[in-house]
Formats: sequence, C-alpha cells, structure tokens
Amino acid sequence: MNRVIQVFTKESFLVPLFAIILGLVVGALAMLAGGFNPLLAYESLVVKVFGDLYNFGEAIRQITPLIFTGLAVAFAFRTGLFNIGAEGQFIMGMLGAVYVGVAFDLPPIIHAVVAIIVGALMGGIWAGIAGYLKAARGVHEVITSIMLNWIGMYFANYILNAFLVPKGQQRSEIVHDSAVITLQALSNFLGGARVHWGTPLALICAVIFFIILWKTKTGYELRAVGLNPHASEYAGMSVNRNIVKAMFISGLFAGLGGACETLGVFHYLAVMSAMPGYGFDGIAVALIGGNTPIGIVLGAFLFGALSYGAAGMKFSAGVPIELIRIVISSVIFFVAAHGIVRYLLKPILAKRKEEGR
Amino acid sequence: MKKKLLSVLSVATLSLSVLVAGCGGNAQQGAQQGQNQGQEQAGGDQAGQKTVRIGMVTDVGGVNDNSFNQSAWEGLQKFQQDNGLPQESVNYLQSTSDADYVPNLTQFVKDGWDLTWGIGFMMADAVKQVAEANPDAKIAIIDQEVQAPNVESVLFKENEGAFLGGVVAGSMTKSNKIGFVGGVESPVIKRFEAGFIAGVKAVNPNAKVISVYTGAFDKPDLGKQAASGLYGQGADIVFPAAGSTGDGVFNEAKDRKSKGENVWVIGVDKDQSLTFGKEITLTSVMKRVDQAVERVSKDVMDGNFKGGQVVTLGLAEDGVGLPETSKDTVPADVLAKVEEFKQKIVNKEISVPEEPQE
Amino acid sequence: MNLLSTVKTVVEMRGITKRFAGIVANDNINLVVKKGEIHALLGENGAGKSTLMNILFGLYQPDEGQILINEKPVQISSPNVANELGIGMVHQHFMLVEPFTVTENIILGNEPKKGLTIDIRKAQEEVRQLSLKYGLKVDPEAKIEDISVGMQQRVEILKTLYRGADILIFDEPTAVLTPQEIQELIQIMRNLVNEGKTIILITHKLKEIMAVCNSVTIIRRGKVIDSVAVKETNPDDLAAKMVGREVNFRIDKKPSEPKEVILAVENVTAVGNRGVDALKGISFEIRAGEILGIAGVEGNGQSELIEALTGLRKVKEGRILLSGKEITNQTPRTISESGLSHIPEDRHKRGLVLDFTMSENMVLETYFHPDFNKNGFLDFKAIDRHAAKLIEEFDVRTPSIHTPARALSGGNQQKAIIAREINKDPDLLIAAQPTRGLDVGAIEFIHRRLVEQRDKGKAVLLISLELDEVMNVADRIAVIYEGQIVGIVNPKETSEQELGLMMSGGKRTEGGGTVE
Repeated sequence: MNRVIQVFTKESFLVPLFAIILGLVVGALAMLAGGFNPLLAYESLVVKVFGDLYNFGEAIRQITPLIFTGLAVAFAFRTGLFNIGAEGQFIMGMLGAVYVGVAFDLPPIIHAVVAIIVGALMGGIWAGIAGYLKAARGVHEVITSIMLNWIGMYFANYILNAFLVPKGQQRSEIVHDSAVITLQALSNFLGGARVHWGTPLALICAVIFFIILWKTKTGYELRAVGLNPHASEYAGMSVNRNIVKAMFISGLFAGLGGACETLGVFHYLAVMSAMPGYGFDGIAVALIGGNTPIGIVLGAFLFGALSYGAAGMKFSAGVPIELIRIVISSVIFFVAAHGIVRYLLKPILAKRKEEGR
Repeated sequence: MKKKLLSVLSVATLSLSVLVAGCGGNAQQGAQQGQNQGQEQAGGDQAGQKTVRIGMVTDVGGVNDNSFNQSAWEGLQKFQQDNGLPQESVNYLQSTSDADYVPNLTQFVKDGWDLTWGIGFMMADAVKQVAEANPDAKIAIIDQEVQAPNVESVLFKENEGAFLGGVVAGSMTKSNKIGFVGGVESPVIKRFEAGFIAGVKAVNPNAKVISVYTGAFDKPDLGKQAASGLYGQGADIVFPAAGSTGDGVFNEAKDRKSKGENVWVIGVDKDQSLTFGKEITLTSVMKRVDQAVERVSKDVMDGNFKGGQVVTLGLAEDGVGLPETSKDTVPADVLAKVEEFKQKIVNKEISVPEEPQE
Repeated sequence: MNLLSTVKTVVEMRGITKRFAGIVANDNINLVVKKGEIHALLGENGAGKSTLMNILFGLYQPDEGQILINEKPVQISSPNVANELGIGMVHQHFMLVEPFTVTENIILGNEPKKGLTIDIRKAQEEVRQLSLKYGLKVDPEAKIEDISVGMQQRVEILKTLYRGADILIFDEPTAVLTPQEIQELIQIMRNLVNEGKTIILITHKLKEIMAVCNSVTIIRRGKVIDSVAVKETNPDDLAAKMVGREVNFRIDKKPSEPKEVILAVENVTAVGNRGVDALKGISFEIRAGEILGIAGVEGNGQSELIEALTGLRKVKEGRILLSGKEITNQTPRTISESGLSHIPEDRHKRGLVLDFTMSENMVLETYFHPDFNKNGFLDFKAIDRHAAKLIEEFDVRTPSIHTPARALSGGNQQKAIIAREINKDPDLLIAAQPTRGLDVGAIEFIHRRLVEQRDKGKAVLLISLELDEVMNVADRIAVIYEGQIVGIVNPKETSEQELGLMMSGGKRTEGGGTVE
C-alpha cells in the first residue's frame, strides 16, 4: 500500500507534476516561435476535453486503451522485463475479439465476455511467446517483442483478409450486437460518445494489477524475480517460469485493451497499414505513471487528454498537430529525465525537508 | 534509453520543422489575407451574400501527403479565395488514427459548419455513423459511397484517368517493362491498376506491367523499396497509386536518374511534376479531388447540396485526366494519341475495366 | 610519540564536524598524520571513518573544522583539488574500465598527448617505471577484465601514484583480497612508505594494523576515542576501544560431540563457470553436532561446492546425501525443504532482494508455507509478525520492518539473513563467508550463533577465506585445493603454516579426501 500512497507524497508526486508543467512551457515556447498563441491553444485544449459531454466522453474513449497498455508495460517492468510488444498484444486482442464477435453466435453478454476473454488470452499468449523465448533461449524480450509487433500486425491483416473481410472492403464485418460492449445509456447521455465497458474494466484492472503484485504469492515471486533473479533462484523460485508468467499477465492487460477497443469503439477491425500506437504510448504512460497503478491511470489521462485535445488546438487556435506532439514529447522527456527536474526543483525540495524537520 | 533518445530527437526535429513550417505558413497567410481584402473590396456590392463555413477531415495520411488530402485542402482554399470568403470559413482537422475520424467529423458538425468533408474511403464508416447521429448535418465523402440522405458521395473513374497514363507509359517505354505500386489493396487502387494496365496494352500489347502492393498509404520507405525492386527488374516507368507511399517511388527515381539511369515516374492524384520536378515526372494521373471539393462546396453555398446522391466524375466531367504540363515531357504524337483515346472513352467507344483483367 | 614529533605533519584535520540529515557522522574530529607513516583509521562499520576520508578527498565538505596539508590551511572543494594537493584514494570498489588495458586505465583523464593522439608508448614506459619503483608487479598491456582482483587493486594504487599522490588513502583494501594478496599488499605499503609516501589505512582488521601500521586513530560513533602508536597498544585494547566493551576473540566452546552423518558428499564432480571441472570428485562428511570448516584459496571450487550442495549448480557425477536422503540435482526448493539452510557468500547477489522490505526478505524461502500463504494470497500480517519476531531475536537494527533491505548496514543485513536461515531450524547450515566485511561486534555475534547451532545437535558447514575464522570456529578443517579435499585436520593440532602449505597444494594428509 505504501507504494501507492507514495505517488501522492512529496517528491514522487511533485517531480512528475513539475515535469508536466515544464513540458507545457516548452510547448508554449514552440508555439510562440511558430507564431501561435499558446494561451489560446491550451485553453482550446482544455475546452476540447472538458468543454462538453460528447468530447469528454470521447476523451475517456481515448484514455481507456492507454490505461490497459500502460498497465501491461508497467507490469512487465515491475517484474524486470521490458515489454515493448504491448502494441502487438493489443492487436492480437483486437483480432481475437473481432473474430469471436463476427464468427460466433452467442447470447448477449456471454458473447461479449467470451470475445473479451479470447482477446485477452491472445494478447497474453503473444507476450508469452516473447517470455518463453527469453526463458528457454535467452533471447532478449525487447528484440522479440518488437518483432512480434510486426508479426502480429501482418498476421492480423492476413487473418482479416482470409476470413473476416468481405470482398471489396477494407475492414471486417461488424461484430454481432451481442458482442458489443457500448455503455449505451451513458453514451446517449454523453451525446453519442463511444464510451464502453472497457473503461470500468480498465480501472478494475488497475486494482487487479495492485492486488496481484502486492497481495498474492504469485506477485511476490514475480517482483522478487524482477528485482533480483539470483536471490530468487537461491530462494527456490523458478526464474524462467516467472518470466513467462510475467509476460503472459502483461500481455493479458494489453489484449484486454485491444478487445475492448474493438468491441466498444469500432465494432469491426480494419486492415491495418500502420500500428494503432496505443502500445507504444503505453510505454510513455507507464513511465509517466512511475509504474504504479494510480500513476498509470493519471498518466493515461494526461496522455489521452493531450492527444485528444490536440484536435481542439488545431480547430480553435490553428496550431498544427505536430506542435501538440512537441508538448507531449517534452512532457515525456522531462518525466524521463527526472534528474533535470530534480535539479531544478532542488531549492524547493530542500526547503521542504528543512521545514519537515 | 532508446525511448528517451527518441523523445529528445523527436522534440528537436519537430521543433525545427515546425519553426520552419510555421514561418513559411505565416508568410503565405499574410499574402492570402492581402488578397482576400482586395477581393472583399472588389466584391463589396455583394454584401448581402451569406457566408458559409466548410471543414474537412483528413485520413491518417495528413494534410501534407502530396496527394489527395492535400489536393482536397487546396481545393477548399481555392474555393474560399474565389468566393471572397473570410479565411476562417474553411478549416481542416488531421486524423492520427482511425479512432479520430468520428470525433473530428463531429467537431465540425456539432459546431454547425455548413458542410463537412471526409477525405478518403477509410472514413466511410465514420461518415455514416456521424451522418446518422446528426441528420441535419451536411457531409460529403470522397472515394466511397455512403448511403445516407445527408451525405453526398463523390467517386472518380480512376480507371479512365489511369488508362491515359497507361497510354503514355505504353508508348514511351523502352524496356517494355512498366511498374505499378499500389497502396492498400482496395477498390479505388484496383481501378487505378486496371485502367493503367488496359491503357498500356491498348498501345503496346508487348509491354508487361508488374504490380506491387505495399499495404500502406503513409510509408514512403516502403514505396522506395518497391520502386527499387521494379527498376531493378528493368522497368523504366513506374506508376505509384499509394498516397504518400508514392513519394518514395519519386525518391528512388531521383536517385537513379542522378546516376544516369533513364527512369520515369507517373504521378498520381495531383500534378506531381510541380512537387517532384519534370526530370522524373513523365506525367500525372490527376484525380481532381480539388475540383470536386470546390464544386460540391459551391453547390452547398448555392443551396444545391445533393444529399443521398452519388456523383461520379470521369474524363467526361474532367474529374480525372492528365495535366497541361505533360506537353514538356511527353512528345506531341503521344499526346495526340492520348487525346484520341480520351475522346473514345468520353464517347463510350471504349469501356475501361474497373478490375485488373488477367 | 616524541620521536615522531620531529617529523613533519602532512595531514592535520582540526575539529571536523559533518552532519547528514540529523545524524552527526563526524563530531569534532581531530586527526594528525606524520610524513612517512602508515596511519590506521580504525572503527566499526558506520563509525564515520569513510566520511572523514571523503572529506579529506574532497567528496564532502565539512560543516565545521579546518584541514591543513603540509602545515598550510586548505579548502578541498573537489577530488581534483585533492589530487593537486597530492592526495590519492584507493577505493574499496575499484573504478576501472574493464575492457581497457592497465595503462589506459591509469592514464585515463591524464593522457600524455602527442599532437592529437595519445602517446601510449610513453605512458606504458611511465607505468612500467612506477611499478618497478614501488614493487607493484603489473603488466601495463593486460586488460583489466583479464587480471585478478589483487592486480586490479595495484592498478588503482598506480593510478594515484601516476597522478603524483604523496598521501594515499586506502579504503578497506584487504576486504577483497586472498591471504596471499594481503601479504603482498602489506609489502607494497612498506615499499611506498620507504619511498617517502604517507598512507592512511581505513580498516577494522586489528591484525593488519598490528602488522603494518605506525599509529592508529580509533573512531567510534563519529568521535575520536584515542590516537596511539601501534607499539604501545595491543589487539584486545584496540578492539575494546573500537567496540566500546571487552571483546572475546576466542570463542568459548565445548569440545564437539559428533553424532550421525548429516551430509555425505561422494565423489562429486561439477563444471565451473569457466567450462572446466571445478569440482573433481570431492568427498567429505559432516556429522550432527560439529562444525566442518572448509579452508582454501579463493577459486579452488568453494563456490561451486556450495552451489552443488544447494541445487544451484548441476552435479555431473557423484552423490550428495542429506540425512540419508539423496538430494543430488534436486531443485533448490526441494533441498531447502529437506532441511538445509544456506547463508550465501554474496549477500547482495543471493541473500537478499535489496529493494524488498525487511519483512518481505524474511520469508524469501518460506512465503509459500501455509503460515503465510492463504489460497494464493499472502498474509502480510503474519509475515510482519514473523519478521518482527526474528528481528528482535537476532538484534537486527532496522528503523522498521518495512524498511528496504538496501538501507541497512552490511552487518545488519547479514544478521537478518542468519536469522532467516537459522529460523528454518535446518539439519545442515551452510555458512559461506558469513562475516565478510563485518566488524568485530557482528563477527562475534555470528560466530556465537554458529556454535549455538552445533550445540543444538545440528551440522554446520563453514566456508571461509579467513584462516583465523576457520581455525577459531570449526571443529574439523577440510582444506580444498583444485576441487578436491586435500586433507582434514584438527584445528587444535595444526598451524597456519601447515594449512597454508595444504592450501597451496604442497601437502596432503591421510583422510584427505579421495586421492585419484
């Protein structure tokens, strides 16, 4: 529990906050240099996200998959692994869910649940492959998981073209209504925004993330192996089995994200010419969130709100999309380079310490 | 570590590029404003004319794709200038992923814009969804038919335009090998391919067209790779129909040209000789997205929006065709042949296939 | 003292006080070091020795006090300033670039230039001259990763000499060395002093002080307790001053009463990390109620033996029996559950998950037992209670059971491991280098615990590189040489000389393992 609380205490909370502000300032400077009004731009960004119900709902839609992939990356990280493959696992989740959604006929709710579970398992297995290759053959998971992203994308395109895409189309058939997980009442209230059960599920997953890692025997082993494989081996844990297990659970989170995105937002899966990008953004989210569940939810909110609000900046302030990418990149940069931020914060932190005594 | 480095680099390069783009953009805007003021003064007596606002949403290719997104935006800007409308009466939003289509379209619709364009067939589902959710809104889409009473669908007979490109290629090839680089395999791109092959065969039955699909509209590196393969196999003319993926084809051709190889590219969607130069651009199969955008936007301004209809633009409607600038690169006798075929197609003496014939 | 007073003072630290977040690390410390002497700085872990020397080397700034070098007041604001003043420091953890050669490491940051390139020939020659002058035998062209720890330390010494140091600070230099290397180091220090250098030696090993130093300053809890000439004192007196009470070096223990065989190792062969057999048909037995010590020079198969016994390394041939049950090539967990506990030689690598809390570390091998594990969920209340009990019982000094293990001192970390391992009530306790890097107080505590185990009728296997320790604690000593036991002797009937001879392969005794 301590670790969760830490997020809000003193330095660990102050540093990311300050990093975000620095990122926004750098973005503002870039906008000034480009001849745009940063105040108007940031105002438009906030208005875009919080200004009306529809956009707020859509921002939530944008944030949800980032929570899943953020959790996936952070879970692996907590167990000493670097899962760059959340992207591919996300795609496999989408594929599994859309396949069940289109090809099967099941009663409502059950259909959706089965589709989500299949999607999650596909993501888990996809990550498990990288875990297995590391455990059995010593191949670094960064290499395999990156490669599996591409394999996943083209595999998904192949399956789509071979089984799911009607002739002359570029996307699968729409999943059966029984598999759709839209939160219809809420969506109506939010002016038709594509909100879905994935959002509450993502928040539940953040709790599960915490419970697995810090309350269960499995989590104890996973963390031990991640922090010190030698001591874990000494203590009789199977390092290899735990690597596979860790990657599998990590992939489950990403797969869940993909499944919910398909069943909740699109209801179909299009042939992909590029990766959806949620997996890569998940790395940044995990980084911003300090690999803690609450941090990840907040990080996803920040990241999702910034990217969704980008359209508002373009629409109302004329700022091109590239500039909002500068803002996002600067925020990540300063969070990652927290040494810089700490250095800048030194006087403040020192003062606090004195007062604390 | 890598990730950090990448962020740093992207921050650096982005800020640079934006600075450059920002400065350039400003100068342009300034010029435009001057122009607008002049026009407004000139047309002062038409003061009663109501203003319209027209927005467009790009697909993931973005507004600088050197292809139909850019073409559409140019059309929209021309529409604004020609009609003496204030600058803020046209605007665009870029989509970074499929998920952005709906909220981007909705942004214009909810804000009460008079017409919202969805550029590209990839946006069909989103256009349909937004159209159904907002029956009062007027929406238009390029390249795909969407059945809704408030949507006007604009299709092109790409096969007719590509046929003329094929005639040029078939007449001018020396190796009798011609390449085609497609983006994502889709009906639109298939029409390009089919028309192109038919055009080549019509003038040069011995020429062989080799087709490659890259599976992407936004990957110049893949385009370069594909072109390298085609030129390597002996093709001397390559026709890309692949959005900004096609930029890579031009890039590869430029490299080879500078090494003395006599290779050519046939541009697509716009007159790409203006972008990539006449040394390598033989001609371009133009798809006048700009004209279509201008035309339908004008209709909306004049109250003639054709909701629920499909407008198909072919050679007869000047929706597709080769640019004027081709006369600098293509010999007159070939152009004469092109004109001859064009008339035959317009007169329906020839019917151009929509799918490649085996 | 009178004799020395005519000699020049090279280092004088006056009234040095340094505080860290509420703790006074150095409290009004005075230190006087004369030219040409070896001056020991003696104290337990955490007494403030390293802080004081880091101040002298410019890594910390004192809150109060004054430093005089060669009788002139100075401000040492950084290690660079210290270097210019002729102060060099040989750190406990070497700061060397492994793939670089000896010469490249020595000149790093001070390269002799020839135009734009480094004049490597000239540098090599200089290094060769220096090493000849002070008797530091190193090959200037060897790569760091290929040479022994003792050699690496010489490179560190050469580095300071190359930079023109006249005052050398050695931080616990013998902690990482074998007995032979320690002898060689002592000779090197004497050579240095003969050439006019001055040495400050940070240590808690009394034997070294008695052997090599001229004077000693004892620090306890940040304060100077005494400063004396070595010939006017003795080890018991020094130990008492360092710890603050009388210390018993000789362990009081009854003669052992060996009973049934607990561990039987029969002709075990295993491949070492270098791909060749590190254990070559090793055989021995340990009985209940005795401590078997294994003595040997590092790298003769000790680590491989421990790993083979605990299931961390595959055995190629032979058998291992624990209480009559075969445990050859079983998993570490099966072996652990069969009644074997293991205090690992590297507590940071194997013994603890440093980023886990103390509480979490105390159940590292038992977390899955029903006491702590309820249907896959861990009962952290029970785990905390368990940890609190052990920490109290074994006097582990930690701010809280939720403090990460990393934050504890080495001695307390080791006590925690011993608490955990003894608490499993094992039939056999393997203690590998259990007192490495610990101070006198902690060593005494640990030795008492090992004897206690024995007196409870358990078997103990003590593997140590420190001859003193093995001779003091063990009931029988087996000497390991090149993967075999070359002899088993009674500590009361042997001498360091005899053991030293056996350890270098010069002598075998009967009952000495399996001769091929």
